Amino acid sequence: MHIDWATLAEIAVVAAAVALTVVLLVAFAIVGSSAHSGLRASASDAGSAPGTHPAAGMVVAVLCVLGAGLIVCYGLYLIIA
Amino acid sequence: MDGTWIVIVVVFTALIFDFTNGFHDTANAMATSIATGAFAPRTAVTIAACLNLTGAFLSVQVANTISGGLVDEKLISPVVIFAGLVGAILWNLTTWFLGLPSSSSHALFGGLIGATWVAGGVGAINFNAVLNKIVMPALLAPVVAALIAMIVTYFALRVVAPAEPGGVNRGFRRGQRVSSSLLALAHGTNDAQKTMGVITLTLVTAGMLAPGSSPPRWVILSAGLAIGLGTYVGGWRIIRTLGKRVSDIQPAQGFSAETTSAAVILSSTHLGLPLSTTQVCTGSIFGAGAGRRLASVHWGIAGRIVLAWSFTLPSAAVVGAAASWVAATGPMGVIVVAVSGIALSSGFYVASRRNSVTADNVNAEVPDVAPSPAADLAA
Repeated sequence: MHIDWATLAEIAVVAAAVALTVVLLVAFAIVGSSAHSGLRASASDAGSAPGTHPAAGMVVAVLCVLGAGLIVCYGLYLIIA
Repeated sequence: MDGTWIVIVVVFTALIFDFTNGFHDTANAMATSIATGAFAPRTAVTIAACLNLTGAFLSVQVANTISGGLVDEKLISPVVIFAGLVGAILWNLTTWFLGLPSSSSHALFGGLIGATWVAGGVGAINFNAVLNKIVMPALLAPVVAALIAMIVTYFALRVVAPAEPGGVNRGFRRGQRVSSSLLALAHGTNDAQKTMGVITLTLVTAGMLAPGSSPPRWVILSAGLAIGLGTYVGGWRIIRTLGKRVSDIQPAQGFSAETTSAAVILSSTHLGLPLSTTQVCTGSIFGAGAGRRLASVHWGIAGRIVLAWSFTLPSAAVVGAAASWVAATGPMGVIVVAVSGIALSSGFYVASRRNSVTADNVNAEVPDVAPSPAADLAA
């Protein structure tokens, strides 16, 4: 019996890295944008990420969404190509 | 025996298999999106159907072998393919009736192994390949996916902990729309090819197509339509199991599960060790459930799913073998197999109406004591 452990490990590492990166990017985007919307609501500190400047939060959110979008586009390319 | 009619029967049976493949696997991409409300149930299956159909046209790579070297390809005749497909279809319907996800590819391989066994004896089966290409990946794929999804979910929930829950859920639901669509597209490119390959190689075997030909346009179109239609019909029973019965899946978990599945499937395909979409997606959903709270996962359901997986290959093989034995006796045998298959399929459909799951009640709470075929079986 021959199990291709090397390829399997490679799949696990690549997939884990990509999945973690995409999910973290989206999570950071959500936290960033919640800092922004927290200012708009401006009623209380509930709902905003503490210690984040709203504009900076929005910039981070846009950057993160852009990063995640690029990775998704690469995934789409892999499917089509 | 005139070869034309059996080819027509095989093409028709292959398209029925493709249809069951579609509705069996809708859950893989869409179960958690439906459960979290990222998509309304009907919208989800419509999008998945369109993307599966699109996927069928995107990929032009069709396998050179039907079984991928699991059995002696020289022994694969249209009758063997027909018997193998019947075994696969009946197993797909059995697991759908029980609401359990199981790999359509493994069912097809099981059916072919059983049918070839009858046609050429035990020597025609490459058990080493079965172990390496089916059994080991089947054991490892869900575990790898579950571990990754668990870690990813844990970190995602830690990062968004300070943010307002309403905004977090909205954000992850948006993400889910993208991730589940990507999964549906990947499914279309992979699974529609399987049926195209079966039909094309049947045509080659019958001498109707030159060896090495690409699938004719009508084959691509009919395979794409069959899988798309199957996806649209929606295997609501399996969607309910994966979306509602594994764990109380929240948008962050749904997004983590789908992203993990897409990452594992795409990386495995491109590194040359394709893993079962169903097993990867199921593993991811369990992992995402466990990533929030280990105790929130209904491990009893996991047990039933694992049981179904371990029976997939042998059960489809037994049906395939029986079908091959009867069908090899001549046209009358093929008719007997076809009529029995249709009768059994209708039986499953009628029995499923007893407690039908539809787009309207797929998200209804399922109490543990609710009568379900799977619970009946386990009792």
